[in-house]
Amino acid sequence: MIAGLLRTLAGRVFVALMFGAALHAPRLAAESLDYRLEPRKIADDTWVLIGKTEDFSRSNGGNIVNTAFVVTAVGVVVIDSGPSRLYAEQMRRAIARITPKPVIRVFNTHHHPDHFLGNQVFADVPTAALAATIAGQRQEGTAFTDNVYRLSGDWIKGTEPAPARETVAPGVKVVANHEFELIALSGHTDGDLVILDRSTGVLFAGDLVFYNRAPTTPHATMGQWLAALDRLDAISYRTMVPGHGEPVSDGRAIKQTRRYLRWVENTMRQAVERGDDMAEVLGLAVPAEFASIPLSREEFARSVAHLYRRYETGTLSRRE
Amino acid sequence: MLGLRVALAVAAACLICGGHALAAIGDDPLQSPQWTDIKDRYLGAAKAIFDPRVVVSGPRVAEDSMNVPVGIRITGLSEVRRVLVIADLNPIVKVLEFSPKGALPFLHFRMKLQQGSPVRAMVQTADGVWHVGGIWIDARGGGCTAPSVGRSSANWTETLGQVQSRVWQGEAQSRVKLSIMHPMDTGLAPGIPAFYIERLSLQDAAGKEWMTLDTFEPVSENPVFSFDFTGPPPPGLSLVGRDNNGNRINAKVAQ
Repeated sequence: MIAGLLRTLAGRVFVALMFGAALHAPRLAAESLDYRLEPRKIADDTWVLIGKTEDFSRSNGGNIVNTAFVVTAVGVVVIDSGPSRLYAEQMRRAIARITPKPVIRVFNTHHHPDHFLGNQVFADVPTAALAATIAGQRQEGTAFTDNVYRLSGDWIKGTEPAPARETVAPGVKVVANHEFELIALSGHTDGDLVILDRSTGVLFAGDLVFYNRAPTTPHATMGQWLAALDRLDAISYRTMVPGHGEPVSDGRAIKQTRRYLRWVENTMRQAVERGDDMAEVLGLAVPAEFASIPLSREEFARSVAHLYRRYETGTLSRRE
Repeated sequence: MLGLRVALAVAAACLICGGHALAAIGDDPLQSPQWTDIKDRYLGAAKAIFDPRVVVSGPRVAEDSMNVPVGIRITGLSEVRRVLVIADLNPIVKVLEFSPKGALPFLHFRMKLQQGSPVRAMVQTADGVWHVGGIWIDARGGGCTAPSVGRSSANWTETLGQVQSRVWQGEAQSRVKLSIMHPMDTGLAPGIPAFYIERLSLQDAAGKEWMTLDTFEPVSENPVFSFDFTGPPPPGLSLVGRDNNGNRINAKVAQ
């Protein structure tokens, strides 16, 4: 009786240890939560922090996004604040290693969590975004934070969504020796802010452009997105910083994003016309051109969830 | 020395208890902690085998927990009588029960997932044997306890029960895809009682049933189903059904 009880207890402890070990093994100690942000200079006064071309995970802590800062004569302009409080704190320290000048303004290119969840660390400076972006941050910020926490764990601790506090009006904004053109577009989300620094020729494209990382579509409107890419193509720039992936000096990133989006759209149009159901579309092959782009299979599956119903609705007719 | 003895005792105990734990999960390829309970509850003492001829397809991760696409294809099994679809770890486990009758034993639909879970098709053939296939779908959760999206619009009652459909005629096979406007409330969102379609059938002009479908709360809002037939769909095919409040559904879906 007692022996049996002991055996059971021992077994439980063992099972607990086994599962405990499995659960805790990938978790990193607090002191190793270092994003290792290394600003890379891409133009005069201009640095970027290039994220990994991955999805949110416990190993990358959400450092999957490009952020940037421009050191003007009067202070630092930050473009996107990253995926967490911790990221933005480390970003501010990275900025301080480059310049003693204060941060004077933050822009959010759009409302996705990897681009604005660091805002709370910039409570001392104006944070600005398009009206549609602020609306999205207010509406979905909490759900985004929960989800990012689920995906990246401890890195996200203490992160609270802080929607931008100032509405950006499109047009030219001069900050000392830098002339920024603020361009309001949409398509990746309802509000996509593109910033052209006319003084350096650097174009910050936000997530309207992905390069060698499959585009994400949770709030996409394909027609608007493709039209926005045409607008970007008409802008002359020296260097483009995409929202994800390496900066480029020509149109290749726009081209890749456009080709991928057109493929997604055509694939869904053809599938709904064939009568495919969603689970069947998930099984379709990704062509070689896109299969080599990181996360294309995963993002295509997500895009089916985001977009398929919209295309499908038009193929069914009302019956009495 | 004492440490070693304890370690050995623990190891021995583990063999016993660990072995027991494995037996509880049984031979379930998805290693679900719920499997034996589910088997007892839905299949009873009947013979059940995991069968690769029952193919369930869906995403590896549910991007939208309210609309998780699932496909079921049963090939090489004759006389499929019943197809039970269950999600082991959902708060409401049973998703639907499909009797293909004159339709092919294929079904596509979308469902709600509250958390990552096995999604299984348990298929009973005429000999009484259950053939089980399934996949694991990960989900971030909340699919069952969130209010339906349509609840936020004022006019959802006006479109309740409306049917949209289309027939695709292939060379050997045809497909009827249809959608029905319905909130499919699970009863798990605070203050909103369960309100869902519970019975659908496809009937020809003579009233013969070509398939029946009992649906439960986890089926997605404004559900979409695809049914497949050998050759063209039966002439004069109608979708007939009702929800748990007695609202009727009736629409002609093929000429």
